[in-house]
Amino acid sequence: MGLLKKLSIGLFILSAAALLAACGDSNDNETESSGTGTDTVSISGSTSVGPLAEKLAEKYKEKQSNTNIEINQIGSSAGITNAISGVSQIGMSSRDLKEEEASELTETVIAYDGIVVVTHPSNKVKDLTMEEVKQIFTGEITNWNQLGGEDMEIVVVSREDGSGSRDAFQEIVGYSSGELIRNSIIASGNGNIKTTVATNKHAVGFISFEYIDDSIATLKINGVEATAENVLNQQYSLSRPFLFVHKDGNFTEAGQEFIDYILSPDGQKIVSEAGAIPVK
Amino acid sequence: MRKFKDNFMLGLLWFSAFLTVAVLVVIVGYIFFKGFRLINFDFIFGDYSPVGHGGIWPMIITTIYTIVISLIIATPIGILAAVYLQEYAKQGRLVRVIRFATESLTGIPSIIYGLFGAVFFVTTLKLGMSIIAASLTLTIIVLPVIIRTTEEALKTVPLSYREGSLALGTTKLQTLYKVILPSAMPGILSGIILSMGRIVGESAAIFLTAGTVAAMPESIFSSARTLTVHSYLVTQESGDIELAAAVGIVLIVIILVLNLSATFISKKLNKADY
Amino acid sequence: MPSPSNENQIVDMKKSNKLKYFFESASEKLFLICAMLSVISLLLIIGFVFYKGSHPFVAEGYSFIDFIFGMEWVPSEDKFGILPMIVASIFSTIGALVIGVPIGLFTAIFLAEIAPKRVAKIISPAVQLLAGIPSVLYGVFGLAIIVPMLQNNFGLAKGQSLLAVIIVLAIMMLPTIVTVAETAIRAVPKTYREGSLALGASPIGTIFKVVVPAAKSGIMAAIVLGLGRAIGETMAVILVAGNSLILPTSLTDSVRPLTTNIALEMGYAFGTHQEMLFATGIVLFSFILILNFVLAKISSKGGK
Repeated sequence: MGLLKKLSIGLFILSAAALLAACGDSNDNETESSGTGTDTVSISGSTSVGPLAEKLAEKYKEKQSNTNIEINQIGSSAGITNAISGVSQIGMSSRDLKEEEASELTETVIAYDGIVVVTHPSNKVKDLTMEEVKQIFTGEITNWNQLGGEDMEIVVVSREDGSGSRDAFQEIVGYSSGELIRNSIIASGNGNIKTTVATNKHAVGFISFEYIDDSIATLKINGVEATAENVLNQQYSLSRPFLFVHKDGNFTEAGQEFIDYILSPDGQKIVSEAGAIPVK
Repeated sequence: MRKFKDNFMLGLLWFSAFLTVAVLVVIVGYIFFKGFRLINFDFIFGDYSPVGHGGIWPMIITTIYTIVISLIIATPIGILAAVYLQEYAKQGRLVRVIRFATESLTGIPSIIYGLFGAVFFVTTLKLGMSIIAASLTLTIIVLPVIIRTTEEALKTVPLSYREGSLALGTTKLQTLYKVILPSAMPGILSGIILSMGRIVGESAAIFLTAGTVAAMPESIFSSARTLTVHSYLVTQESGDIELAAAVGIVLIVIILVLNLSATFISKKLNKADY
Repeated sequence: MPSPSNENQIVDMKKSNKLKYFFESASEKLFLICAMLSVISLLLIIGFVFYKGSHPFVAEGYSFIDFIFGMEWVPSEDKFGILPMIVASIFSTIGALVIGVPIGLFTAIFLAEIAPKRVAKIISPAVQLLAGIPSVLYGVFGLAIIVPMLQNNFGLAKGQSLLAVIIVLAIMMLPTIVTVAETAIRAVPKTYREGSLALGASPIGTIFKVVVPAAKSGIMAAIVLGLGRAIGETMAVILVAGNSLILPTSLTDSVRPLTTNIALEMGYAFGTHQEMLFATGIVLFSFILILNFVLAKISSKGGK
């Protein structure tokens, strides 16, 4: 019985303490965000912009330790929705805003990015025309031997409907969501596409420049290499802006300061180090 | 012929058992083999960083937050509900309805809880993607577990205890918290531990209600990432199986410790009691 | 005539009794409220999911038939058909049952009836432990081992497939089925076995003709639980399913079960799209209810 009592008392004290701690925390939070203590900037959206934003946030925190930046990588459309509804202060988008979205939000271009078509490193096909890319993703070409490669089925890997990369890619290549080949694997992030392609020699997908590494092979489009220079000199057409969007009523000074930092020379240096293309 | 058939079935039984054990050993073995190299002090207690594998301390803290908050709410409610069902209620329509509801809650897949949490706690109650929204969702998930185990525990308290206590002139309430609840404590505790296991293992519902922020939560109103969600995201997003497996080891160890302590507590307390 | 002080005492006692009664009845009310909370939660969940999910059909003029039997799911083009996902959910669940139930059941029988005590004492708790392992880890294992295995050894163009989902789900339900079925089989009274053996039945014959039928309701419960786990599983499935939007016609097609559709798109869906995901949830919900109901019927018939 003694042990029992001790246990139940212990349990009670523990839960009471935790409750107090929790309440204490929440109070702190309220006073802090209204006062001058720690500010929280909540950001959500594109998984293409996300890694860059995380790197920027990490560096920014070294300078500005009383700003806490929260980044949720959930896809462009979700980020835009959150910015409109006020769930997040800033939304990240890797596609242009649609008209009805643009009327509610203010956008800031923080960088440009290219989209690259990728395959398994062993794939012999290294160069495609834009038309061929379209035919692959709409299911008109289904075997690599139609493109001068080995005789094997093409496995198309696309992003989910609502991804900024997918929207941008489809718009530039010129097909719609309804035309996408039905049996394509749907991956829910850039990294997911990359690992799917890296582990499947049949696969073809598209990812943001930031995700390029040795595990996958990048393809030329119309003979042009996917590089930052080629995006800047407009030789390589698969590119889109990285946007931070916010609603004016729901925007704090801390948010503005973070954006200012990103657009500063320091911030833009991090942008180019991360593999994206600086605004200036 | 019959002998042959018997031997054949016997062989099948051995084979099935072997297969089950083999598959499970392979899975756990694989996770340990793949992840153990990452396990060290810095990994467990280090802060998360997007570069390299990063530490998992924020995810551990988030997981603890969700456990503590959901149990703080679910435990008293669950115990009192079970007390009502066992000690107070007249068996009838109302009790049947409550039982039915409790059982139905057990059968609902966690993704549905996630949907509900996302629209009710996150959006309607304006809690945002946060630890508190996830914890409230988890509260509903573990409530049936606590009710059921507490009920079972109350059933095992002998009637003579109640009668003896009431005969001494105590009120029902006094009997309840001085006699009945203490003797049912081992069962109740193992129910709570079972619930912890359920919370630690939950992913879909948390994914939709707590979000995926990979940083130390500022408060319970922050969006954050639990261990399971971390394991899922690093697999899915960066294909980092090694890291996912290392997180998996931590999860398996937590589950193991919880299971062992449940067994230990019920054994120890049973001995102390009877 | 009681003295004034005595009278005071009586009043005091009455007061304290009143207080006591008040506490007693108040606490009973409190307990009742707690008990009602699970009913309230259930109603809230059903209410919210059904309200959100039925809105497009009730208020926005979408056809429920087109939703259930539609082949196209393109939210950005306002096309919401979930037949491929319904079929994927059914196929993957049935497939997992076909593999998982016999193996799990036989393992349970082995542990309860055949295995040496010492062996059972090690294996049973281990299997129990595995029932508690987070399902995500089964998905990680599936993606790291099963998907590449299907790709490399079986020559599939992509390992993310219905087959991979089935294998992962079958493995996941094993611990649940084994644990629950073993308990049920152990609960069969010894006298049943003794009686059968005394009548000259072989030990194996006794197991399959006497013990297993006697444990039928518990075994059914095990299957229902396993089934619930399979059809409701989400995160492990996302990792190995491939999430394609085609009606699966073979085991090698990549699929998107109902649960996966919700988890994949819930993050960014809004408006009608979000409501359609709740509608997907309703379909999933109904499935679970129907399956539980059917199996309850089967087991009650079997009992007679």
